Amino acid sequence: MNMDHVHEQAARSLMGPAPQLILALPFVCALILYVWAVIHSNRRYKKWPLYRTVSWSAGIFLAVAAVAGPIAKMAHHDFKVHMLGHLFLGMLAPLLMALAAPMTLTLRTLSRDKARMLTRLLKSSPFRVLSDPFFASILNIGGLWLLYTTPLYSAMHENMLLHIFIHLHVFLAGYLFTISLIYFDPIPHRTSHLYRAIVLLIALAAHGILSKVIYASPPEGVPVNQAEAGSMLMYYGGDAIDLIIIFILCLQWYKAARPKPAIIHL
Amino acid sequence: MVKVLGTRSIYSTRNLWSGFLCGLGLVAFIDETVFHQLLHWHHFYDRSTTDIGLVSDGFFHAFSWFATVGGFFLLADLRRRNAFWQTRWWGGVLLGTGGFQLYDGTIQHKVMRIHEIRYVENVLVYDLIWNAIALVLLIAGIIVTIRTGKKAKAELSQ
Repeated sequence: MNMDHVHEQAARSLMGPAPQLILALPFVCALILYVWAVIHSNRRYKKWPLYRTVSWSAGIFLAVAAVAGPIAKMAHHDFKVHMLGHLFLGMLAPLLMALAAPMTLTLRTLSRDKARMLTRLLKSSPFRVLSDPFFASILNIGGLWLLYTTPLYSAMHENMLLHIFIHLHVFLAGYLFTISLIYFDPIPHRTSHLYRAIVLLIALAAHGILSKVIYASPPEGVPVNQAEAGSMLMYYGGDAIDLIIIFILCLQWYKAARPKPAIIHL
Repeated sequence: MVKVLGTRSIYSTRNLWSGFLCGLGLVAFIDETVFHQLLHWHHFYDRSTTDIGLVSDGFFHAFSWFATVGGFFLLADLRRRNAFWQTRWWGGVLLGTGGFQLYDGTIQHKVMRIHEIRYVENVLVYDLIWNAIALVLLIAGIIVTIRTGKKAKAELSQ
């Protein structure tokens, strides 16, 4: 009874305005900055494509919906809703935001000197490691394994700092994962299409296996029927979003591998 | 005409791969939509699944998902190069469908115990029909692949 009470109290403080605000604020700032950069840079360069601004806004909207408001609140009680939030925050929002090419926009908004400094920074070796799809996959999918197969999941519902850290990690790792696989922005450390395809395949498999592990042995404190529903949502929802990433990766290969108009000796 | 024949032989491996991946994707798609979603014969998860069964299922699911998209992009690539070889491509499709179905029906269903074809008493009948179809597809695929392979060699040595 006492334990329940403690748990209730912790849950209530997590659902309060503070964590929601802390998590939503960076996204709102990112939206304002993006729109400002579009308006500002449109004065000097050709018009920034509208679909990118739309894509960025949609991504921000989904990410905010996952960390604040009704979905975030329901996610505390219902594992299936929690999973829906994670699909938004860790997969769909990062994909939509990557499509919006924020780095390209940043480079054309900054002055030439500052843009050069930023490019130099991105070319440095820490960024080589960070933008490697294998490393990004371990951060992304490895983090999920840690969350759902250890007591971390129940601890996340008790501790506000942990709650904030994990949600930020899910988004950032998801974004890094996406931009390490499909290129919309200038990426200094490019890897071959085959390498990216193999890494994506392994990550996809690890995601699917984890879904079924959750089905087989639910995380601490999650009722069986919710775990089963959440697991299937993770499995099929992940498939749907990964299909888009696979399609884009293959399309980028298709464009890169086009036959060169050269003399063919037969 | 000679030029087209030569091109398709240069890309004979890619034709086979494209067909193989499309076949694998096709059979996995039928497995998922017909047997999981429409008939509800297959179960999402079976308590008796071994750990290695979960891993195998995860990888095959991911691979077939990728294969469907990748196979069709390879096909588009062959077409833009005028290198598409229909017979060899279909040989690949047969290899992919037969191979996956046989692996699914023997190793995944029986050894790793992922799930049964259908949860009924006389499941043996289902197993026999399932694997017999797989074998026929696979053998047909092997025959077509060997035949077109010989043809490709002959064309290239001309």
